[in-house]
Amino acid sequence: MTAFLSSINYNAWILPVLLLLPLFGALGIWAHALVSAKDPAEKRWREVRLLAFWFFLIEAILSLGLWWSIDPANPAWQAMVDLPWIPQWGVRFTVGLDGIALTLVLLTTLMMPLAVLGSWTSIRTKPHAYYVMLLLLTIGMLGVFLSLDLVLFYVMWEIMLVPMYMIIGVWGGERRLYAAIKFFIYTMIGSLLMLVAILYLGYVSSKVAGSPTFSYDFIINNVALRPETSLWLFGAFALAFAVKVPMFPFHTWLPDAHVEAPTAGSVILAAIMLKMGTFGFIRFALPLFPSAVMNPAVRGFVVALAVIGIIYGSLVALVQPDFKKLVAYSSVSHLGFVMLGIFAMNVESMQGALMVNINHGVSTGALFLLVGMIYERRHTRMIEDYGGIAKVVPIFATILTIVSLSSIGVPGTNGFIGEFLVLVGSYKTQPVASVISATAVIFAAAYLLWALQRIIYNPLTKPENAAIKDLNWREIGLLTPLLIAILWLGVYPKPLLDKTEPAARRLVEYVHATAAGVNNSALNRSR
Amino acid sequence: MNPALIPEGAHPLAATIARLVWLLPLLPLAGFLINGTLAMLGAAKVGPADPSAGHDHAGDAHGHDAHGHDAHGHDSAHDDHHVPVRHKFAPIVSLIGPGVLVAAFGLAVACFFAMRGVSMEHPYIVTLYQWMPVGDLNLNATMLLDPLSMVMVLVITGVGMLIHVFSVGYMQDDPGYPRYFAYLNLFVFFMLMLVLGGSYPLLFVGWEGVGLCSYLLIGFWFSEKANADAGKKAFIVNRIGDFGFLVAMFLMFSNLGTLDIGGVAAKAVELPMGGAVITAIALFLFLGCTGKSAQIPLYVWLPDAMAGPTPVSALIHAATMVTAGVYLVARSSAIFSMAPVAQLTVALVGGLTAFFAATIGLKQWDIKKVLAYSTVSQLGYMFVGVGVGAYTAGVFHLVTHAFFKALLFLGSGSVIFVMHAAYHHTHNHDDAQDMRNMGGLKQYMPVTFYLMWTATLAIAGIPLFSGFFSKDEILGSVFARVSHSTLAESSLLGIPGGTVLLVVYGLGLASALMTAIYMTRMMLYTFHGPNRTGEAERAHLKEAPWIMTGPLVVLAVLAAFGGWLNVPELLSAIGPVGSLEHWLEPVVGAATLRTTLGAAPEMAHQTELLLVGTAIAIAMAGIAFAVIRLKPAALVPKKDYPAAEGIDRVLENKYFVDEGYDAAFVRPTVGVSRAVLWKGVDAGIIDGLFVNGSALLMRAFGWMGSQLQTGQLGTYAWVLLIGAITILGAFTLR
Amino acid sequence: MLGEALALSAVLFTIGVIGVLTRRNAIIIFMCVELMLNAVNLSFVALSKVYGATGQVFVVFTMTVAAAEAAVGLAIIIAIFRHQRSVNLQNINLLKG
Repeated sequence: MTAFLSSINYNAWILPVLLLLPLFGALGIWAHALVSAKDPAEKRWREVRLLAFWFFLIEAILSLGLWWSIDPANPAWQAMVDLPWIPQWGVRFTVGLDGIALTLVLLTTLMMPLAVLGSWTSIRTKPHAYYVMLLLLTIGMLGVFLSLDLVLFYVMWEIMLVPMYMIIGVWGGERRLYAAIKFFIYTMIGSLLMLVAILYLGYVSSKVAGSPTFSYDFIINNVALRPETSLWLFGAFALAFAVKVPMFPFHTWLPDAHVEAPTAGSVILAAIMLKMGTFGFIRFALPLFPSAVMNPAVRGFVVALAVIGIIYGSLVALVQPDFKKLVAYSSVSHLGFVMLGIFAMNVESMQGALMVNINHGVSTGALFLLVGMIYERRHTRMIEDYGGIAKVVPIFATILTIVSLSSIGVPGTNGFIGEFLVLVGSYKTQPVASVISATAVIFAAAYLLWALQRIIYNPLTKPENAAIKDLNWREIGLLTPLLIAILWLGVYPKPLLDKTEPAARRLVEYVHATAAGVNNSALNRSR
Repeated sequence: MNPALIPEGAHPLAATIARLVWLLPLLPLAGFLINGTLAMLGAAKVGPADPSAGHDHAGDAHGHDAHGHDAHGHDSAHDDHHVPVRHKFAPIVSLIGPGVLVAAFGLAVACFFAMRGVSMEHPYIVTLYQWMPVGDLNLNATMLLDPLSMVMVLVITGVGMLIHVFSVGYMQDDPGYPRYFAYLNLFVFFMLMLVLGGSYPLLFVGWEGVGLCSYLLIGFWFSEKANADAGKKAFIVNRIGDFGFLVAMFLMFSNLGTLDIGGVAAKAVELPMGGAVITAIALFLFLGCTGKSAQIPLYVWLPDAMAGPTPVSALIHAATMVTAGVYLVARSSAIFSMAPVAQLTVALVGGLTAFFAATIGLKQWDIKKVLAYSTVSQLGYMFVGVGVGAYTAGVFHLVTHAFFKALLFLGSGSVIFVMHAAYHHTHNHDDAQDMRNMGGLKQYMPVTFYLMWTATLAIAGIPLFSGFFSKDEILGSVFARVSHSTLAESSLLGIPGGTVLLVVYGLGLASALMTAIYMTRMMLYTFHGPNRTGEAERAHLKEAPWIMTGPLVVLAVLAAFGGWLNVPELLSAIGPVGSLEHWLEPVVGAATLRTTLGAAPEMAHQTELLLVGTAIAIAMAGIAFAVIRLKPAALVPKKDYPAAEGIDRVLENKYFVDEGYDAAFVRPTVGVSRAVLWKGVDAGIIDGLFVNGSALLMRAFGWMGSQLQTGQLGTYAWVLLIGAITILGAFTLR
Repeated sequence: MLGEALALSAVLFTIGVIGVLTRRNAIIIFMCVELMLNAVNLSFVALSKVYGATGQVFVVFTMTVAAAEAAVGLAIIIAIFRHQRSVNLQNINLLKG
């Protein structure tokens, strides 16, 4: 595989192609909208969803090669492409990958076709616009994971907002406008401070370089910040990322956005967009401002918020009457684990955090897909409206059970590996936080099993539930890859851990060494 | 991933059949996959391509609501012409479900004989693949086979096999037949992972996995809310224990740097004796055990777990899973032997649980509840054993208990099966598990009657039955360690260790007395006296089929003669002395000696005779007391029975512990989460005050500005003029 | 000559301002606005004698804009009249906050 990929010079063109293909897809769908304007709506809808699916599928297949073509042990950026973009300001189109970004890029490209399949029948209004939005969203998300230029990163970061705003606001539920605006403004306020920080960093680095530059590598390697400056800039970055993660207390946009978004929106939001926040910390906030990160007060504060998020998210999830909201709050809890793992700052916990990142994408993505499927049949998300449907829809019940167990973190599923690594690692540096967070295993079981009981177990009391149809082949097919991932990552997580280990190790060592004032070149990457 | 490719070093077992040890768990896993697939194929009907299309043709989903025999009578009996329909895959499931267990048992026996022939100084470790290689944590998927896990594997596959066979008869008419066997196979898989796991996290996989299967099987008839509740409760209460297990692992990893069982044991003994770290590790591990093995304070789930099918109660909630905690303590004997305070805690909690559960067992009417509390009580005994460092005694009682308690549960299963069938025939909705509705069953089910008396004598501790040997060895070990042991030298909360042990010993004796009483009571009310089932039902009472009584016979033989596994010195006349002790010596010998300060516990011959004599007298007295005091003839059926009062009421309601937990933990958590966290913090402060509050503030500013806008063009023009003049004036006059 | 022209411009402008401030009829206000524009145009032309041709250029520019404004403005007034049957500005307060 590796030989084949290098024979077609895969690494040289794959990243621009991945970023451009969705754009062509969007143009293609627009063209279809123009060409087919006179066709019946039903026919147009069927054609456009197929067209969009094909684009996402091709994107996914193309991206798969990265698994083999990327050398995670190599400290240099992989598949890097560096082109001038706005030369007057020194802004460049620089994209590249390491092991960490690789896993998230693959998560994105592989989740997108599933998300499209998940809204296969539920989105019937303005389908062209819908798929264009999904495609544009993909560009933004991939861009964030790939950008190695601060301005490019910021542009990609903000590009994501617009399509998601549209997806929630146009195709969402009853309170979609409230949710969409809340989502937009919340995120925007966070990221504006980051823009200021980016501009400041660019200003400083331009002075050092003698010509304007926003290059990530250049700033990491050449810009030395005073600790106080570092602290402020970290604060600005951290706010933007904390909103996106979301960390307590910046999480209240999430339940609304999740609940109101259409299925695909919720899935993408949970599986991929929340990872932007944690990825931001890993890629930018940590290596750019190591002294601030290792500042005991800052670290203690972030860890405390993470722990509060873990416990608070599970407790609030416990009492949600709406299943989608329950899953949303469980996300707050899970992402708290990621934050704890990142800020515990050792290889085990960092690896655990990356693992939870992926796991949450898979498990929560699957949960939202399942909620969407049952919602499509019964048009309610309220837990109390169900009960006893395991007999009626055994396939659905089985899959829901497996996915819930994964979300609870039962050993043998992916959820356990991530949580265990985070906790066992963070115990080394943050024992109190680790022990408190470990109680979440109890609450997680409580809220999900209670919900599970009220949905699929108990007596079947509502006659309308007796007529629900079980999952169809399309739905089974789209859930199967997720189920495989759940079990594979639980039983044999090594391949994935191997991809991220070198990068995680380099990051941890770099932050520790730099914060300690040692001139370490662990992250120095040759261009 | 072929394990054969990985060199195993020069362990003598590597050349024998034992190298196939990875096949042991794989067999039941395969059974699970096949049965699970069949269950899906049998139950599922794939939906239409477009789910959002109208639901016009309502499905036939009402039809067959599955309830089981244990479902307290009121099941699908309202369907007057209800003929039980066997599941269409029943024959193949009946073959595969028990079949994989037979194969696994065969393999286990082969491994056992292979192990007998070689020196087991070191455990045999098979590395399958790298599991979690992260940083300093190098976790592999390894299987650890040593004498201790061998004993467990034999019990699990052996007793498990018998219970699988029994289930073929017991569950034959259940619509969820393949699903049942799938879960049961999966349980055996996880249980084997638990005892064969070569590192604590891997052990934890099995540990949580069996909890999961327990959850699924307790809630097997999930259409009853009570059953689903019981399953959920079991899982969540177990998770509280699992929290302890997790913290223990964190402590191990950060202080010992490894999580491999062998590595931890080697490093643990290097820590200071009785130090804070090792004590904390041991106590947190024990918190895990209190959850899984139903000890105070986390025992509450086990009685509720009786909501599952009775063979499940026999396998999971009596013979195997609930003893996992005992196994864990024995497995971690190196850790516990370094922490006398933790040992005393284990022994004391075990003693208290044994006593406390036995008192509740005295007044239960549900035949399975009696056995459930009996199990909790007997588990307490085992913890007393492993707590005082007599690991062999604890494991010995674990094994004999697996025999006689499985027998008791399966026997009660037969009774319930027959009672249920009788009620079913007459469309009576009475309680098939209440002993007040039974009585005089010995003439209808003579085989079950004799077999269950065997088990009763065994659990009561009548000489030469298995329970006698194991219980006696535990009590003797406690007594022996009152002086001259690490336990006697340390203290628990200021109380000298010797005193604690004496208290534990007293609790053990008292529990033995009560065990004899409540077991005899159960037998008297169930099998003796007149029958209270009802005129019409009586005609349908008959012995259960042979596929169910067959396994009972095998278990009865084991329950009767299991004591020969470890004959005490005192009775050297009847057989080889201490076989189990020798067998387990490589695993727990060092730890045992550490507790007894290097010397084998010695007792004067008279003392030992006195102890044994006391135990026998107590057992006899208990049985005699029950026979004399209790009058089965005077008992009336449940519906005519007056409500209990006073202490009876407290005991019948299990000291209201469930209600107490509910009021103290469950409701406050839910209440605070809803009222304070969700409505208060989330919706109120964060969303209300900050998010929407800031929006409101902006809107207020906007409103103030908007008041300047009259909409009258004339006004605007005047304002413009005045503004222009003002500015001009300001410039001119400057 | 320059002084007279500027004085005339000032007078015209003041008439325009007073008209805008005091009248209610949209058409008349509109005409007064045009008057103000032309008053300024006049001063541009007058001053171009002193400062060069730029003022002339500006006048052409202003007239263009004024023409466009007239077209749009009249169209709006007609639309409002069709809607309300009146062009009395006191009845029109769509911009009220």
